[in-house]
Amino acid sequence: MKIIYELWLFLKVRKKIWLFPIILVLIIFGGLIILAEGSVVAPFIYTLF
Amino acid sequence: MIILGISAYYHDSAACILCDGKIIAAAQEERFTRKKHDENFPKNAIKYCINEAKIIPSEIDHVVFYEKPFLKFERLLETYFAFAPKGLKSFSMFLPIWVKDKLFQKHNLIKELEANIDKKDTWEKKILFSEHHLSHAASAYFPSPFNQAAILTLDGVGEWATTSISIGKNNNLEFLREINFPHSLGFLYSAFTYYAGFKVNSGEYKLMGLAPYGIPKYTKIIKDNLIKIMDDGSFQLNMDYFDFCTGLKMTNNKFHKLFGGLPRKQESKISQKEMDLAASVQKVTEEIIIKIAKHVKKITGENNLCLAGGVALNCVANGILQKKKIFDNIWIQPAAGDAGGALGAALAVWHLHYKKEKNKEVNIDLMNGSFLGPSFDNNQIEKVLKSKNATYEYMEENKLLDLVAKMLTKGKAIGWMQGRMEFGPRALGARSIIADPRNPTMQKQLNLKIKFRESFRPFAPSIIEEHLSEWFDQNFVSPYMLFVSQIKKNKRLNIEKDENKLFGIDKLNISRSIVPAITHVDFSSRIQTVNKKTNIKYYNLIKKFNEFSGCPIIVNTSFNIRGEPIVCSPEDAYNCFMGTNLDILVIENFILFKENQLDKKIVNYSNKYELD
Repeated sequence: MKIIYELWLFLKVRKKIWLFPIILVLIIFGGLIILAEGSVVAPFIYTLF
Repeated sequence: MIILGISAYYHDSAACILCDGKIIAAAQEERFTRKKHDENFPKNAIKYCINEAKIIPSEIDHVVFYEKPFLKFERLLETYFAFAPKGLKSFSMFLPIWVKDKLFQKHNLIKELEANIDKKDTWEKKILFSEHHLSHAASAYFPSPFNQAAILTLDGVGEWATTSISIGKNNNLEFLREINFPHSLGFLYSAFTYYAGFKVNSGEYKLMGLAPYGIPKYTKIIKDNLIKIMDDGSFQLNMDYFDFCTGLKMTNNKFHKLFGGLPRKQESKISQKEMDLAASVQKVTEEIIIKIAKHVKKITGENNLCLAGGVALNCVANGILQKKKIFDNIWIQPAAGDAGGALGAALAVWHLHYKKEKNKEVNIDLMNGSFLGPSFDNNQIEKVLKSKNATYEYMEENKLLDLVAKMLTKGKAIGWMQGRMEFGPRALGARSIIADPRNPTMQKQLNLKIKFRESFRPFAPSIIEEHLSEWFDQNFVSPYMLFVSQIKKNKRLNIEKDENKLFGIDKLNISRSIVPAITHVDFSSRIQTVNKKTNIKYYNLIKKFNEFSGCPIIVNTSFNIRGEPIVCSPEDAYNCFMGTNLDILVIENFILFKENQLDKKIVNYSNKYELD
C-alpha cells in the first residue's frame, strides 16, 4: 500500500493527478495478469469480462 | 560522508563509491559476472567498491539510484496513451513487468541491498533517487577540470529527456534546455544501427566504424523525411518512420520502404548500402551536435564544455566538435554511458544535495585516469597461475618492459593487464591487447584471429603525449580515447590512383600510413594520449617501444573477444589468452608465452559469449 501513497505524492508534485485512477486500474489488472500466469485465478479473470 | 551510486535495470549496471566527495572506486557489473552489458543489480560491483573503500556497509550514508523510476513509468504510460490503440502488444508486455517489478524499484533495491550487502542495515532511510540526465550532467561536470562550464548531455532516453543543456558553476548545476522523448538523437542513431543489422545499445560503435567506408548519400533523405533540424540544433523526429514508441523494433515498414528494403539480417554480409547509411547518419549526427554546441555557446557564453550520455561516446563527432573551436576546452566523461550514471548520481548528492564545494584545482580531472576498478597483487596472480598449471616467469619491471617492447617489434600480439581496471567502455592500458601498429597485417590478424570480430573494425593507437602533434593533426590531449583525428600528411603513404577507386571493405587492403594498423580508411584514428602521471608503466612501455622502433605509438584494443566483457581478474585474462591466438600474456610482473604452455588451448572460446 505504501507504493500507492508514494505514487499519489509523486503525481501531486507532477500535477498529474488525472493519471492516478488509470494507474490504479492498471495495477489491479496488471496484478491479475501476473496472478493469472499461475492459472489458479484464470477463471476469475474471465468472469470479470 | 560515504555515498554509494548505483545504475541498474536497463543496461550496463554499475556502482561507484565516494568518500567525502572523492571518487574511490567505480566498476561495471558485467566485468564480474562476465555477461556483457549486464543490467542486473550490481551486487559484485558494490561489494568491490565497499572493499576498495575499506569500509563496512553500515558506514554508507546514502545510496543513490541514477534515475527516477516513477518518472520513467509516467513517460511510458503517457506514450502508450498518446499512441493508443497502437502499441497494444508492447503495452501488454510493459504492464506485467512494471506492475510486478519495476514500479517497486525502491523496494527491490532495499531487498537486494539486504540480501547481498547487509541484512541489518536501515537502507530505506538512506536511499535517494537522482534524475537520469542530472546524473549524466553531474558525471560530466563535477569530475571535470573546470570550475565553470556548459554541459551537454545526449543519449537515447532517460525519464523524459533525451538531450539537455545545463550550466555548472562551482557546486551548482542549472538546467537551461531539454529535448524530450520521443525526439532523440540517440534513438535516431540506434534506429540505423538496428537497420544495418547490429544490436541496439551495443552496435552503435560498429556503425560509427563502418561510416568511413561509405558515402553519405542518404543524408538528404534522412533530413527530408526522418528528422527536422532547427537552427539552434533542436530536432524533431518524424514518428511515422519509427517503431520504438509502440512496437518492439526501432524502425517500421515505412522506414524500410524509404531505404529500399528490410533491415540487414544480423551476421549476414555487409553491403555498400549499410556503409552509405552509416556515413549518412553519422553526418547528420555531427551536424546536429555542432548546431547544438553553437547554441550552447550562444546561451551560456562559456568557454568550457562538458559532455556525457551515450552519444558523447561518438568520438568522430567529438573530434569534429573540438576542431570547430566553438569551445576552448572540451571534457568528456570517460564512462559517458549509463554506467557513468552511478558516478554522476553520487556526485550529485555530494555537491547538489549537500552543497559541498567542487574541487578548485583546475586542469586536473578527478577521474584518476579512469583507473577506478580492481587491481591484483603478484601473490594473488601467482596463485591463479599455479592453479591453472600455467608456465610463467616473474620479471623485474625494467626487464619486463624491455622484453615486451622487443616482442611487440617482432609482431607479437600481447595481452596486457596492469593495475586498476578502467571504468567505462574503453581499455586504456590496464586491460588491453597491444601490438605493433607498423605491421600491415596486424588489423586483420587482431580482428579475425584474436578478437573474432568483423574485419572492418578499426583499432586505436596509444601515443605518448609529447609526440602527439608529430603524428596527428591534434594539439589537445585525449586520455580517454574519445576524440578522432587524422594522421599527419607526412606519415601517410602514397596511394596509387587505382587504389583510390576501391570501395567499401576493399579499402581495408591498402596500407595508408606508416602505422597502418591504427589508420582507418579515411586516415583517422581514435587517439589515446598516454600521460606519465596517470599511467607510468604503460607510458614507459611505449617509450621503450619507441626506442626500439622509432614509433611512439602502439595498437591498443580492449582485452576481450567479441561479445565478452573486458577482462577483470587474472583468471579472466588467462582464459582469454588461452582461448585466442594471443602470443604473450603479461599480468603485472608475470609473463607467459603461448608456446610454453603445457595446458591445452581452450577450444570454442569464441563461441562462449553471445555475439554483440
